[in-house]
Amino acid sequence: MAIEDDVLVVGGGVAGMTAALAAAETGASVRLVTKKQSTLRHASGLVDVLGYADGDLLADPFDAIDDLPADHPYAKVGVEAIRDGLARFDDVTGERYRGEHTDTNALLPTHGGAVKPTARYPASAAAGLASDDRDVLLVGFETLTDFDAPLAAEHLDAAGVPFASGAPRWPSRATPGRTRRSRATRTPSTATRTANRERLAAHVARVHEGEPRVGFPAVLGEDHPAEIRAALADALDADVFEVPMGPPSLPGIRLEYAYRDALGEAGVHVVRRPVVDYETDGDGRLTAAVVERNGQHVPHYADSFVLATGGLVGKGLDSDRGGVREPVFDCHVPHPADRYDWFVDDVYGEQPYPRFGVVVDDDLRPRDADGRIEFENLRAAGSVVGGHDFAAECSGTGVSLATGDAAGTAAGSDTQ
Amino acid sequence: MSDAESPSDEFEPIDVFEDEETPDLRPGADSCYKCSTCDTNCPVAEVDDDFPGPKFQGPEQWRLKRKEDTSVDSSISKCSNCMRCDSACPSDVPLSQMHNTARAEYVDEELSKTSLTYWRNRILANYRTSAFLASKMPRIANFAMNFGPARWAMEKTLGVTSERDFPAFATETFREWWEREGGADGSRERAREARERRGEDVDAEKKVAYFHGCYANYNTPEVGKAMVRVFEHFGYELVVPEQRCSGTPMFANGMLEDAERHAKVNVSSMGDLVTQGYDAIASCTSCSMALRQEYPELFDIDGIEDLAENTWEALEYLRVQEDLSGELSAAVVEDEDLAELAYHAPCHARNQGLDGQALELFEDLAGVDAEDVGDSCSGISGTYGWKEEKYETSMKIGEEMFDHMEEAEGEVGMTECPTCAMQMEHGTGYEIKHPLEVVESALI
Repeated sequence: MAIEDDVLVVGGGVAGMTAALAAAETGASVRLVTKKQSTLRHASGLVDVLGYADGDLLADPFDAIDDLPADHPYAKVGVEAIRDGLARFDDVTGERYRGEHTDTNALLPTHGGAVKPTARYPASAAAGLASDDRDVLLVGFETLTDFDAPLAAEHLDAAGVPFASGAPRWPSRATPGRTRRSRATRTPSTATRTANRERLAAHVARVHEGEPRVGFPAVLGEDHPAEIRAALADALDADVFEVPMGPPSLPGIRLEYAYRDALGEAGVHVVRRPVVDYETDGDGRLTAAVVERNGQHVPHYADSFVLATGGLVGKGLDSDRGGVREPVFDCHVPHPADRYDWFVDDVYGEQPYPRFGVVVDDDLRPRDADGRIEFENLRAAGSVVGGHDFAAECSGTGVSLATGDAAGTAAGSDTQ
Repeated sequence: MSDAESPSDEFEPIDVFEDEETPDLRPGADSCYKCSTCDTNCPVAEVDDDFPGPKFQGPEQWRLKRKEDTSVDSSISKCSNCMRCDSACPSDVPLSQMHNTARAEYVDEELSKTSLTYWRNRILANYRTSAFLASKMPRIANFAMNFGPARWAMEKTLGVTSERDFPAFATETFREWWEREGGADGSRERAREARERRGEDVDAEKKVAYFHGCYANYNTPEVGKAMVRVFEHFGYELVVPEQRCSGTPMFANGMLEDAERHAKVNVSSMGDLVTQGYDAIASCTSCSMALRQEYPELFDIDGIEDLAENTWEALEYLRVQEDLSGELSAAVVEDEDLAELAYHAPCHARNQGLDGQALELFEDLAGVDAEDVGDSCSGISGTYGWKEEKYETSMKIGEEMFDHMEEAEGEVGMTECPTCAMQMEHGTGYEIKHPLEVVESALI
C-alpha cells in the first residue's frame, strides 16, 4: 500500500544525493525527492572543504577544523565525517576527479581569473593548477561572453599566479561553432565532433606560441571531455584544461550525471516534485513527506527522513520581510527579529545572513527554539544547516559531503 | 522608493495589470535570474541553432512584448511544448504557461487565417475530428491515409510529412467496445465481483471516471481495455464520460480557443463526476498533464481547479491507493513479447514526477525486464513531428532515444505517451506497449 521506504531524503543536491547513497549502503530502501533538477547544474564542479578561515587562505583545511566555532557543521560532525564524505565522493566520481592524494588545498583558476582553494577538482581542470608555474595560453570564444580570456589572465596576474606573467591571448575568431551554452551540451555525431575539434585546434594554433598549457572555458563536451581534451592536446602539443564556468556549468552537469548513475546503481528511487507538507504520528515522529504532483498531494511514507533542501540559494530556506523559515518541515531557523540586523553595511564584512539555517545537534537532528529535537527521525544536511558561510569559507561542497554522509548513514542505520 | 529609504513593514505591492482575464505573468518573468538551465534542457535548442530557447520564449519575450510596437517572434512556433523547461527551472518560472500564451498570441495576431500553415496546424491540432470521421470507415481511412499519391499531395499542399505512416484506426473504437461490454452497469457488476473476490467490502465506494483521450479511443483501444480490466481487477467501477480532446495538440499549435471549447466539455462532464466522488483517471500522460496543469494555468472555467486536483495518471493512482507493487512482485508475466522492454519516459510524464514509476513498478515483476533508454526527448511532441518543416528536427531529437533503444535488449518498446510510441516505432520498427498492458498481462 502506498509509497513507502525506509529512508526518504528531501533534496537533490550533493548533500541529498550523498545522504541517499550513504543510507542505501546500510541496506535501507531509499527514495530521494527533489523539487526540480539538481542545482549541480549551477555548480562549478570544484569541490571545496575549507578554503579560508578568518579571511586567510588555508593550505590544509584539516588543520583548521578544530578552531571552528562550536555551531559550525564541521564541529558537529567531526573530521572523520569529512573524510568519509570525501571518500564517498571519490567512489562516485572515480577517474573523473583528482585531489584525493593529498589533504592540501589545490588552487584552481576560475573564469573570473580568481584562484579557488579546492579539495577535489575535475580531471579536466587538472592541467590548470595555479601552483604549476608553466606558461599558459588562455583561449576564449568570441560568442561566449562569460569568459574573457585576456581579462581572466590579467586578474590571475594580479593575484600573483606565476604562470599568468605570460601573455595569454584571445584568438579573434576562434569560434568552433558553439555559439550558445545549450549547444555546448549537445552530443554531436563523432564526425562532427572530430571536425569541430580540428577547426578549433587550427584556430588556436595561429596564436599558440608553444605555451605548454592551453586553457579553454569548460565547454569541451558533455559526454566525452577526456577524449576532446586529448585530441586538442595532441593537435596543439600542449596540456589542455578547462576553466570552470558559471551556470549552466558542464562540469556541474557531468557531476550530476555521475551521481545519477551512482544512485541508480544503489537502487535509490528519485522523484522530481516538491514536498509541500508532512505528516506526523502526533508523538514527535515524522511519518510522511507530502509530495505535490501537479495538484495531487501524495504522502510518501518512511521511517527516517533527511532534510537536504539547500540554503537561501537552493530555496531550502525561505525569507521575506517577516522572517526566515525552513519551509518543508517548519524547523526552527534562528535570526534577529529586526531584518536590518540580518546584514552589515560592509559588503565583504562578516555578514550574519549566510549563517542562517536550522540548528542541529551532534547527530544532525534539528532543534527547536527551546533546544528540543524537532522530530525524532529527522536529520538535516548541507546548506540548510546553519552556522557556516559557504561563500566566504569556501566550504559548501565539503559541508554537504560530510553532513550528507553522516545524516544518511545515521538515518539508514536507524531503520536496520 | 527603496526599502532602505523607508523601513516600513507595510509593504503594498502596486497592481500593475488590472486585466483579470489574462494571467499575470509578471511575477514569473521577474523570478527568472537568467541561469539558462532551461536552455540546456530544451531538446529543440539542442539540435536547432536558430531556436533562441525557452528563456527567450518565456520571460524575455514576455518582457519585450510590453512595448507596444513589439510583436511575438515567429520562433515561438518552433517550441514543441515538451514542457521540460518547467521542471528544469530552479526558480519556478512558469515557462510553458508563457510559451502557450505567447504562441496563442502569435497565431492570433501574426499568422494569416487564410494561410495553409494555419489550416494545416488547425487540422493537425484537431486530430479528434479527423479521427472521428476516419473511425466511421476505418479500413478505407487506413488505406487512404497511407496511400502514396495522397500523402505526396498532403505534403506538397499542406506540409504534412510523407515520411511517417499514419497510425492505423481501430476497426472498433474503445467506446464501442465499452458499450458492448455493458458500459457503466457492466463495470459496476464486474467491480462488485472483484471486491467480493478480494475480500473487500462489496459496497465500497471505489469509482473512477476514465479520460481515455482520442488516441486510446480511435487508435489503440487495447490500452483503454487494459485500463478497464486492471481497474476492475482492483474492484473499481468505471464510467467513461462524454469527452473531447484534452487540448494538448491545440496548446502546442497556439489554438487556445479550440482548446478552451474542448476543455469546457471535459471540465463539465469530468467535473460533475468529481463532485460526486469519482476520481478522474487518464492513461495518456499528456492528457493528465493537460487536465492537471495546463487547464488551471490557461483557462478560467468553473470547477477546473477541483478537476485538476482530482486527476491522476492510471498507474500512479493504483500505486497510491492499492498495493500495486505488492501484487506485481507476486505475479509472473508469461507473454514473451514483454520479456525485454525498452522504456522511454515521455516528457509530460517527467513533468508529473512519473518518469521513474513504470521501471520501479516492474523491478520485481517476474518475466519482465524493463530498461530505461535515457532521459532524452522522443522528439515527436504530438503534432510537431508531423509537420514537413519540423520532421528533420524531430528525428534529430529522437536520435539519442533510437540509439539507446537499439542498444537495449529485446525489440519491444514501452511508453505511456501515444505520440512518443509513434516516434519510437517510426525510428526503430519496434512494437510499443503501454505499461498498463504489462500490468494487465501480469494480473489478469
